[in-house]
Order: sequence, then structure tokens, then C-alpha cells
Amino acid sequence: MNTSRFDAVFATLVLGAVILWFAPAGMGRYGTYVLSLWLVTAVAVMGLNLTLGIAGLKSLAQAAFMGIGAYATALLTTKAGIGWFPAFAISGVLCFAAGLLLGFPALRVKAHYLAFVTLAFSTLVWLVLRNEQWLTGGVFGISNIPRPVVFGVKTDNALPFHRFVVVVTLVLALILWWLVRSPWGRAFLALRENPVRAASLGVNIRAYTLLAFAIGSAYAGFAGALYAPLVEFIDPSPFQLSASFFLLLMVVAGGSGYQLGPFVGALLGVVLPEWLRFTGGIYLIIFAAIVIGLLIACPQGVLGLLERGWTAVRRRPLGSNPPAKETA
Amino acid sequence: MMATVLEVEGVRKHFGGISAVDGVSFTVEEGEILGIIGPNGCGKSTLFNCILGQLAPTAGRVRLDGMDVTGMKPEQMNSLGVSRTFQLLQVFPELSVRENLILAGQEHRGTMLSRLFGARDAGLTAAADHMIGFFRLQHLSDVRAGGLSYGQQKLLDAAMAFMAGPRLVLLDEPAGGVNLTMLGDLKERLKAMNAEAGATFVVIEHNMDFVMSLCNRVVVMAEGKVLAVGTPAEVRANPAVIEAYLGH
Repeated sequence: MNTSRFDAVFATLVLGAVILWFAPAGMGRYGTYVLSLWLVTAVAVMGLNLTLGIAGLKSLAQAAFMGIGAYATALLTTKAGIGWFPAFAISGVLCFAAGLLLGFPALRVKAHYLAFVTLAFSTLVWLVLRNEQWLTGGVFGISNIPRPVVFGVKTDNALPFHRFVVVVTLVLALILWWLVRSPWGRAFLALRENPVRAASLGVNIRAYTLLAFAIGSAYAGFAGALYAPLVEFIDPSPFQLSASFFLLLMVVAGGSGYQLGPFVGALLGVVLPEWLRFTGGIYLIIFAAIVIGLLIACPQGVLGLLERGWTAVRRRPLGSNPPAKETA
Repeated sequence: MMATVLEVEGVRKHFGGISAVDGVSFTVEEGEILGIIGPNGCGKSTLFNCILGQLAPTAGRVRLDGMDVTGMKPEQMNSLGVSRTFQLLQVFPELSVRENLILAGQEHRGTMLSRLFGARDAGLTAAADHMIGFFRLQHLSDVRAGGLSYGQQKLLDAAMAFMAGPRLVLLDEPAGGVNLTMLGDLKERLKAMNAEAGATFVVIEHNMDFVMSLCNRVVVMAEGKVLAVGTPAEVRANPAVIEAYLGH
């Protein structure tokens, strides 16, 4: 956890944003849409990476939180006529609050049991989205979700909206990058590695557990607030339990706990299936095989694999150096 | 006259029908190193857990500087200046040695909010490096704690307990599994910490030589009760202690 590695993360985020700003040139509407969807998914995965990858709390409700954010933004911008920015903030706050409430069981139950609590929550949210027609439109969903106007510029077309998503994603990623570097990030890690020892060092387990859950959930809310205007029509299906599992898979495949892992994971989850479309009906089988193969080869995900490779490459030229001296 | 830092009065802990700790009382005076010895399973670690809030005692009181702290949570006890090590090694393997020490001190600096917006190292890099120097781990500052040898991790574990400048440190078998060279180092460092920083210690230990040469006073436990209290020489000469240790 040295400073230089984090500076590399910062540089990669900024450089990546610049590239993605220009990337859709000549890609067409659908290609641009897939790029935007990748980033929006990455925001949700980032949140789960904080909750699970860094703080070690198993949540199966990330897609449900994304649904809360998406529906809140959709309802506020269509029915209440509120602008996108306040709707975005409200979506985040709503999910933060819901995450805080759901975090309370996390204080009492651990590991699998916590997963069950979030699983129940996930099902509950989906039932509300599907059955409370007066609010959510039920299976017919909500349509004609407007895209934001930024400094007087409309983002109705694919390219300006994509660029808008790039900027919002960058800001959210940088905030999380900074959070993980702060003493809070260290405390979150301690929570994952050894909560008993952490408590004996004065780490307030209660506060940090709730915060990890709430901040991770707020990111799902932010992702939902971007997702609604991206697709312009939402129904309950993308926020089902299976979607939460898929987000969990992206955290692990990208590299659980790595700052850039969510982008790699979301790339595997969102863009790889598109690239495999030419294979026709069997693309999901190929996709599954790739992910299984990856996890067998390296349980630390793609970034774990890269780090391993990088360490090996760096060691070789310095091979003459003796390993750190052991005094014991 | 020395002030009493810790007062343990009639602490009991029952697990079902078994009393692991059965009415233990003793005091710890400021600046002393108190040893707690006793055969395996005599309730030493359970006693620690009752004092530090990992377990709630079935009966009895624990006072810190005269204040009743019975049943307080571990993190509250820590914020009052009591820190500990565990019998089984407990460092954070994925963090570097320096990061482990910063973590051990950061929650004592400012508030949650000031830590969020303040410096990444909570202003503790210099203090951490000082502690690293004190325990002679300089060459390992940036190494993952999980990559250290067992003895080095034991030293780090002890260093972490001292990071927040505690009033009282409870060490649970600091010498367990540590080789002879390292053991001398550890004892000498603990003595220096006691002399220089005026830290007060309670040490659970099986290694008799280690306890007898480190501690000012020794509490001997057997079957959940206090068998004897006294200086190392007094305890060594006590017939009841000899019987408990050497058998009938």
C-alpha cells in the first residue's frame, strides 16, 4: 500500500477518462451506449468493491440499491419535474440511508448470514418495484426519462451523454480513490482482515461497518441515477437478485479490493458479452468459461494477475539482490 | 506513593457449568510490570478478555484509575488508554509494517471527520517510524506484515499495542513461540518501554525465566483462582506454587 501505487491509480483514472471522452468517435450509437453502460456499471461495482473488496462485508443487494437509485431519479425527473442533479443527489442519499439501515444486521450477523439478510432485502425491493404499480408502473416500468441539461447543454444524443457519464464516473472514482487512501480506508481494511484486533486498537467497528455499507450502497444509487437516463426506460428486471450476483462476480473477476478492479470487472461483465456476440447463441457459455478459467488461474482477479506478473517482471532484473534480511 | 491503575475485584466468568475464572482479585500499580502465570487452562486469557471487554464477566468489577469500566466494549477500553496483544498472533498481514502501526494509532487522533479529511497517515508516520526504530524493525518498514517471520510479527504486535501511548498494556503470551535470540530482544525492549515511557504492563506468560526476570510482581493462578501474589522470589519459594507446578 505505498503511495506510488495509488498515484498510478490516479493517473490511470484521469488518462482513462481522457481516452474515453474521445473513444466513441466513429463508434455509432450502439457502441457509445455500450461504453456508457460499462462506466455506469463500473460505478455500482466500485461501491460493492468498497463494501466487499475492502471492508469484507458480503452484500447481495447492490443491484437492488441501483434499482432504488434508478427509480428515484426516474420518478423525480419525470413525475416531479426535478432536475437531474438534485435527483442524483437524492438517489445517493436515499441509498446511503437504506444502506445504513441494512447495515445494522451486519453488526450482529457475519458472513453468510449477512448475505442472507441482503438477499431478502433484494427480493423485497424487487417485489415493491414490480407490484406497487401506482408508484413504479409495475412491469410496464417508467418511460421517457429525460437526460440531463449540463450548463445549458442538452445531453440527449449518445455522444454528449457519454461524455457526461465519463465526467461523473471520473469524479466518483476519484472520491473513492481518496477515501480508500484516507485513514478510513485503512480502518475498512482492518475490518476485513481482523475485526477483533481492530477493536482492540480503538477502531469503532460499529461506525466503520455502517459507513462501508452505506457508502457502498450510495454508489449503487449514483449508478442507478446514471442508468435511468442512459436507457431512458426502466422496468424491474435489471435490478433482480441475479443482477446483484452478476455485480458481485464483476468485483471478484476484476480484482476484489483493487481500486481499478471495478472497471476491469465491468468490462468483462458488460463489454465482453458484446464482443462475443458474433459467436451467436453460445456467447454466454464462452463468457462463463472465460470467467471460470480466470478465477481458477487467479482468484485475485485480473488485477491480481497483473500485479503478480508485474512483481515477477520487476524482480527479474534485480534478481542479484538478496531478499529482505531475516533477523529471526 | 504509586497510584493504582487497574483494580480487578472478584471477577468470575462461567461458561455453562464451568467457572473459567472464579473470583479473581488483584491490583496493578502505576509503572509496574505484573506477571500472571499459571498452568494451561487456569483462566488467564479468559481473565484478560473479561478485563478488556471481549467477554462480559459473570460477576465482579473492573476499575481503571478508580472508574468502573466493567463490561465496556474493547474499543472503549482502548480509547481510555488500555491496549493489548493476543495470545495468537494478530497483525494485519496485507498492510505494511508502517501501515500496521499507523492503524494502531490513528483512532486516537482527532474525530472520525477530521480523520476523513485530514492527512493520509493521520500525522503518524514519524511516530510509527520511531516505534519501528525502537523495536529495531527499520529494514522491514515497507514490508507486508504477513511476510515477516513469526518472531518479527510478535515484535510488531507488541509495538502496535504501544502505538497510542497507552496507560496500561496487557500482553498475552508475548514470548510464545519466539526463539531465544528474539526473546532476549523482546524482554529488553519491554523493559526499556517500561523505563522510558513509564508504561504499565500486565503480562501473561508460560516462560518462567522470562516472567521472573521481567516482572516486579507475579500473580499465580490455578483453576480459575489466585493461588499466590508476590515478588518473583516470594512466589518461587511458595509451597502452594511449587505444588501446583511440580505436582504432589
